[in-house]
Amino acid sequence: MKYVAPSSVEEATSLLSSSPSAQVFAGATDVVPQLRSGRTAPEVLVDLKKIKELVEVNSDGDKWTVGAATPTAYLTEDESFSHEFPGLSEAAGLIGSDQIQNRSSLGGNLCNASPAADSVPAMVVNGVRAVVAGPNGTRVLDVSEVVTGPGQTTLDDDEFIVEFEIDKMPNRSGDAYLRMTPRTEMDIAVVGAGARVTLADDGSIEQAVLALGAVAPTVVRIPDAEQALLGSTADEETLNAVAAAASAACNPIDDKRGTVEYRKQVAGVLAKRAVVIAIERAEQRNGSN
Amino acid sequence: MAITEENPGYKWVGTRPVRPDGVEKVTGKARFGADLILPGMLHGKVVRSPHAHARIVSIDTSAAESMEGVKAVITGADFPDLAANGAHPSEIDVANNTIARDKVLYEGHVVAAVAAITREQAEAAAKAVTVTYEVLPHVLTVDEAMADDAPLLHDAMITKGVDPAPEEPSNIASKILHERGDLDQGFGEADSVVEREFTTKPVHQGYIEPHAAVADANTDGRAHIWCSSQGHFQMRAYTATVLGVSPGTLKVTAAEIGGGFGGKTVIYLEPLAVRLSQRAGRPVKLVMDRDEVFRATGPTSGTRIKVKMGVSKDGKITAAEVWMAYEAGAYAGSPVGAAGMTAIACYDIPNFVVEGYDVVCNKPRVAAYRAPGAPMAAFAVESVLDELARNIEMDPIDIRLANAAVEGTQASYGPKFPRIGFVETLEAIKEHPNYTADLGPNQGRGVAAGFWFNAGMMSSATVHINENGTATVVTGSPDIGGSRQSMALMAAEELGIPYESIKPVVADTETVGFNDVTGGSRVTLATGAAVVDACRLIVEDLRGRAAKTWDVEVDQVEWVDGQAQHVDGAQPPLSLNDLAAKSGRTGGPISANASLNSRGVGAGFSTQLCDVEVDPETGVTKVVRYLTAQDAGRAISPDYVEGQMQGGVVQGIGWALNEEYIHDTEGVMENPSFLDYRIPVASDLPMIDCAIVEVPNPAHPYGVRGVGEVGIVPPMAAVGNAIHDAVDVRMTELPMSPIKVLEALNENDG
Ligand SMILES: Cc1cc2nc3c(=O)[nH]c(=O)nc-3n(C[C@H](O)[C@H](O)[C@H](O)COP(=O)(O)OP(=O)(O)OC[C@H]3O[C@@H](n4cnc5c(N)ncnc54)[C@H](O)[C@@H]3O)c2cc1C
Repeated sequence: MKYVAPSSVEEATSLLSSSPSAQVFAGATDVVPQLRSGRTAPEVLVDLKKIKELVEVNSDGDKWTVGAATPTAYLTEDESFSHEFPGLSEAAGLIGSDQIQNRSSLGGNLCNASPAADSVPAMVVNGVRAVVAGPNGTRVLDVSEVVTGPGQTTLDDDEFIVEFEIDKMPNRSGDAYLRMTPRTEMDIAVVGAGARVTLADDGSIEQAVLALGAVAPTVVRIPDAEQALLGSTADEETLNAVAAAASAACNPIDDKRGTVEYRKQVAGVLAKRAVVIAIERAEQRNGSN
Repeated sequence: MAITEENPGYKWVGTRPVRPDGVEKVTGKARFGADLILPGMLHGKVVRSPHAHARIVSIDTSAAESMEGVKAVITGADFPDLAANGAHPSEIDVANNTIARDKVLYEGHVVAAVAAITREQAEAAAKAVTVTYEVLPHVLTVDEAMADDAPLLHDAMITKGVDPAPEEPSNIASKILHERGDLDQGFGEADSVVEREFTTKPVHQGYIEPHAAVADANTDGRAHIWCSSQGHFQMRAYTATVLGVSPGTLKVTAAEIGGGFGGKTVIYLEPLAVRLSQRAGRPVKLVMDRDEVFRATGPTSGTRIKVKMGVSKDGKITAAEVWMAYEAGAYAGSPVGAAGMTAIACYDIPNFVVEGYDVVCNKPRVAAYRAPGAPMAAFAVESVLDELARNIEMDPIDIRLANAAVEGTQASYGPKFPRIGFVETLEAIKEHPNYTADLGPNQGRGVAAGFWFNAGMMSSATVHINENGTATVVTGSPDIGGSRQSMALMAAEELGIPYESIKPVVADTETVGFNDVTGGSRVTLATGAAVVDACRLIVEDLRGRAAKTWDVEVDQVEWVDGQAQHVDGAQPPLSLNDLAAKSGRTGGPISANASLNSRGVGAGFSTQLCDVEVDPETGVTKVVRYLTAQDAGRAISPDYVEGQMQGGVVQGIGWALNEEYIHDTEGVMENPSFLDYRIPVASDLPMIDCAIVEVPNPAHPYGVRGVGEVGIVPPMAAVGNAIHDAVDVRMTELPMSPIKVLEALNENDG
């Protein structure tokens, strides 16, 4: 097995094009366990962390860009980012432990394509875009377009994600991410729920996006719940409709981590709770901050 | 801290100095099982069965043997056939569990082992060993194993303890029975009777350090083994049995140990490492991966337990009927015997029947785990007692006080209790502020109690006085819970010199007298008593030397504060330092040995109080407050006593809420990693509050009882009782995972 650490995006793409059994990695917190267990055996491992733009967080007037290999600890520690995207920041802060978060990246979390990846529902509700580099230049995808099933992505073998673009959080908007795990830390989501809302001046909901993790092969949006919330103030009846829609949107499996019944029921509970938190945050976010 | 008997002016016993092994451990210098590297050392890898139950048709090692770097490949055929040699059945089981001969009895059972120059070569060679199996039907639980037409693990297993002996073999290795009084009469006198059935899953000890062994065999048949274990004398004995050699040919050095909890009182790798080393002519290291630790070591039993108990209106238990079946795993020897003896030992009950079955099934052979057998039984009994207290509207502590065993009570398992401190632990809980702390919404409070015998057994110690008056205290008890500090504290007290002047060490099997395993909470009691004996011999010797120096009778000399003093002050005192410096002129080196069979154990009791908060919509239980009161007899090292109390509780909370072996239908373990085998992490727990109770054990010079185990007995029931108090569901299955709690809540609503 060969280890290479290109210093530019171009160098990396040409490496990938010339070596068919190459695999990129960022924090390697998924890659190393997979190598150890014998599940994967790439001939070349391409370290993305030496490419500058992949390991930085920037914000200009309209958007944030987060390098795909940036340790997720940056997102929880960057006060202005976590103030603006508390839900996404909390999702990143749920990955593993402090030690893991000093290595783990959004790019790895997304492209490992685990149905339970914590940052993905939070990225989906925030409309995050992935900038993908390949031999023919770059293309931009919605995060929701990247994963097609467990371990499967729409990226070609010689493509990788350079960075994520996140539009600034509008006024009167807020996000939230909650997950259920039996333990408080070092665990994998049995159910994850992300929500983002924007409020109208009268306090009713103008926009809502809800997404669930760990309850289907990929992250699922909940259009019925989003619909139910529009124009409402998230009264109890609406929230119950959100919960019912979330449960119905699940397509989970029975496994050692949870049962179908449990996942469906708790998806409803977490979706409802995430909406409530997102609304509280949206209420606090007006012009002045 | 609740002290029931005043500290009689000890200077060192009962203090909290820095631990003697601390610096080496925090600087990473301490050597654990896998740390040793010897010149020319090879790396071994074990080949394990993928099947839960199968006959080994053939093993082809030729491909592996011809691979690059491979120096030895062994199978069961490389070990003596103990059955053919007429060995004791328990010895044959140890051998067959170490490496299978003709049948594999669980997924992970060893069938072969290889040694090669690098670990990668060894792993590749292990994969190249071809084993042909004839897969057999398997049984995974006591229910499956006890079914009429169940496939048998051992064709000749006739249930012991049944009269007349059954004619047909079965998977039931033995039956136990304890009876007193008249059940019908007892239940007739009851005003409230509760009957419940409980199930628990196998759980692993969860030590962080995987098993590891290095062996270096000589051509004269002798071998040196370094391993992490709870008792290197025991490792020597078992390894000698499996290899068919005399124990004296083996020398075993104890590595530092990263947790054992009972699971490192048995052998797995040692005989394999020795045989590989003999075949290869080089030292061999074997280290388990975490998944091997889960698949093939530990755990403790899964169980099914039925309990029926009755109480009168005034809270007196009138009758108890307990039926239990414990999984032994692949070979006879579940802890059901201890379970039967401990199940109702906290209480003075006039009428009872306790019946238990030791049942083999196609899972790894169970090993001791902290108070083996007692926690599951206590989960059942203490849950039922909680329900009875509710039925008669009695406080949970008061109902236990009304029935508590005291000095003179005829224990349910036979003997009369000497002085014990159960009542004091109940009172300590009642007096603690946690008992009346406010509870929030969805919070509840539970009480449970537990009993453990504590062991005594055999120990040896040697004390050397160095030329500057410092002392080396040598024992053969691996330190798994702070025993070196306790040894040093007792020696400091006896010799009258500072704790810092004492170096406690754990010596190998050739350097100190025999010591039984570090287990049964026995080391501070028994090895501690040996240290005290040896120190007293030293003091006698020192008084004699002072008498000689002063030319007086020895009874004119007292030993006070680390110096010899003349009773009338007729001579200036002689310090240990003075005497040590002059030892060459007063009789030679100052040193003493003591070996003993423990003079008596002190039973341990623990009562615990747990507050939980249950999320009624997700079933997640969070422990918000926890108090444990335990009778230590005497806390030689209060830091370590609290550490043991807290450790037991934490493991019990894990057992209560999330830990379990999950097997698929083929008998393959699905969660052999710490990700999906969920021991608690720090953020799952509140600080565990401790109330040390000290009711001295009359059989120990300082009153020590032993504290390592009983703390894990009450937590499952304490948590379950608190969940009931919080959300009104009675949990009868472990673990009380969010899924199960939510199911129970849904049933209540429906
Ligand atoms: C102890 C532990 C706890 C964990 N806990 C959690 C948890 O709570 N929640 C959670 O969601 N995950 C958890 N994980 C999984 C893992 O940490 C996360 O998925 C993490 O975000 C992966 O990031 P990484 O940079 O380490 O990815 P890597 O391991 O470097 O890569 C993962 C995959 O993504 C690919 N990849 C990486 N970067 C790119 C890129 N820029 N473009 C294209 N493909 C790329 C790699 O080829 C690989 O297939 C845990 C892992 C461990 C070991």
